[in-house]
Amino acid sequence: MTLLSLTLSQIRFRRRLACAGLLALLALPAAAQFRVEISGVGATQLPIAVVRFRDEDKSNQSPSAIIRADLERSGAFRIVDAGGGALDETARPPMPEWRAKAADALVAGSVARLADGRFDIRFKLWDVVKGSEIGGQSQAVDAADLRLASHRIADYIYEKLTGEKGVFSTRIAYVTRAGNRYTLRVADADGENGQVALNSGQPIISPAWSPNGKELAYVSFERQKAVVFVHNVATGERRAIADFRGSNSAPAWAPDGERLAVTLSRDGGSQLFSIGKGGDSPRRLASSPAIDTEAQYSVDGRYLYFTSDRGGAPQIYRMAANGGNAERVTFSGGFSISPSVSPDGRTLAYVTRNANAFKLVVLDLATPGAQPVTITETGDDEHPSFAPNGRLLIYATKVQGRSVLMTTTLDGKIKARLPSQTADLREPVWGPYGR
Amino acid sequence: MNTLHRHLLTAIAVASLAACSSVKLDDKPPVESRNGSAVVAGTGTGSGANAGSSSQTRVAPVDATGLSNVSMSNLPRIVYFDFDSYVVKPDYQNVIEVNAKALSGDRKRHMAVEGHTDDRGSSEYNLALGQRRAEAVVKSLTLLGAEQAQLEAVSFGKERPAVQGEDESAWAKNRRAELAGR
Repeated sequence: MTLLSLTLSQIRFRRRLACAGLLALLALPAAAQFRVEISGVGATQLPIAVVRFRDEDKSNQSPSAIIRADLERSGAFRIVDAGGGALDETARPPMPEWRAKAADALVAGSVARLADGRFDIRFKLWDVVKGSEIGGQSQAVDAADLRLASHRIADYIYEKLTGEKGVFSTRIAYVTRAGNRYTLRVADADGENGQVALNSGQPIISPAWSPNGKELAYVSFERQKAVVFVHNVATGERRAIADFRGSNSAPAWAPDGERLAVTLSRDGGSQLFSIGKGGDSPRRLASSPAIDTEAQYSVDGRYLYFTSDRGGAPQIYRMAANGGNAERVTFSGGFSISPSVSPDGRTLAYVTRNANAFKLVVLDLATPGAQPVTITETGDDEHPSFAPNGRLLIYATKVQGRSVLMTTTLDGKIKARLPSQTADLREPVWGPYGR
Repeated sequence: MNTLHRHLLTAIAVASLAACSSVKLDDKPPVESRNGSAVVAGTGTGSGANAGSSSQTRVAPVDATGLSNVSMSNLPRIVYFDFDSYVVKPDYQNVIEVNAKALSGDRKRHMAVEGHTDDRGSSEYNLALGQRRAEAVVKSLTLLGAEQAQLEAVSFGKERPAVQGEDESAWAKNRRAELAGR
């Protein structure tokens, strides 16, 4: 099968495919079906060419395709057609040729099968403008970890060229629903490699990653009511940490990983509590005659952002993490829910109701009087979650009646739809660095 | 709905039928026999037991496919709500009254009130809204004589719609609180 690269001339591609809003499909050897749907034209993007890795078709993955898709999904790169030529990490690429293709950076590498069955994957990154090597690495990995190795290469490239940490080797968690069957799944940040953490005949909502990435808290209805569980992803060991009278929900880990904020109705209404990760010492954080829920800690642990209808209709508020007075944060629009705050604390993503549409918006918290900015064209957006580098959001939305997961840059310009089959995908949450 | 729910609803149906039967029979005037002594058509307990034994052999089928549920019990058990509201409207006062009476008439009887919402908005906000709806119905029931200990308010938010659909007629049927026996 031929490998279709994403070309610089995206307009030509769009016409060829006759697909509004979608770009190329990458066709790979059947063993590694990998489809990328990315749309949009970014603002400032670094043009980079990623040459097919030598002998990558002898493995079960295509590292160069995974790297290209990662870099493009980040919004920071524009993929330049590498052409059919052979190049690997030992080469001395002719820079004038690459400058002529308008590439500013070049990546080439190789995959070699080792005697013990593992794969040796190597690459080099060049600065085409300066005509010099930036760096490179080699990794020896099991076949099962080739995707992860490719994501780590994409992280390396991203960091060297943008100065920021990449999120390509992080994981996401989300919930699938097909009829009356629900699963909680963990996948790579590109949506591939999904594995089932929990199978249930009852709804699962609100997954939340522990700061060390080893556990997921979530709400399960398996006991015929909302109960908060904490679940070790690698071992499957789980415990109910909040099963009080009424509903127990909306878990959010404090950055120290020892306590969680939860919403409990045990004292009436839906109120914010802090509880130990073992389910011990519940402590009420706020008292309102209203619904207080969807708490999210700021990354520095100082604040809780949460949804409250104490003013009549739901809006986002901020309160000191220990409790106390809450100040309202959202003012535009009459109905705002589902806050997610960026790691640097400067941006709030949330969902606002506009007529009958629920729209993902971003708000600059650092600029007083800033207005929220709409960044999607869809009308049924839910559950935004920031990537740990603060540069991407994952969220759920409806496309042709089905719930799917999308990532977007904060300006809304580059969006990617994560792969899915027939099930509804919902409740996405982006995991931390360092799996 | 799972097996436990089906059994509980069946039990409620049986209990309701037994209760209704005994009420009716208690109201019947005694029948005079030929020799002049009154023969009561049947004591409340006896007929209740008869009605009870025939109800004990009957099985009430319960539709758990998630479509509009018609309750098998004689008690109306659904209260509907406006969008983003948990106010129990006067239209449903009869539902409250009938169930409050059933609860105050039998202190051993327990009910769960399950709050639900339409599917607009987040799962968590809707879970809390459903909880408020359930609690509003519980409060209304206690104001009319039911005891707090007989009731539990829980919520399923938007996770268990009664009706699928993306228009107001579907949404309206999902914004509800359901009373179920526990």
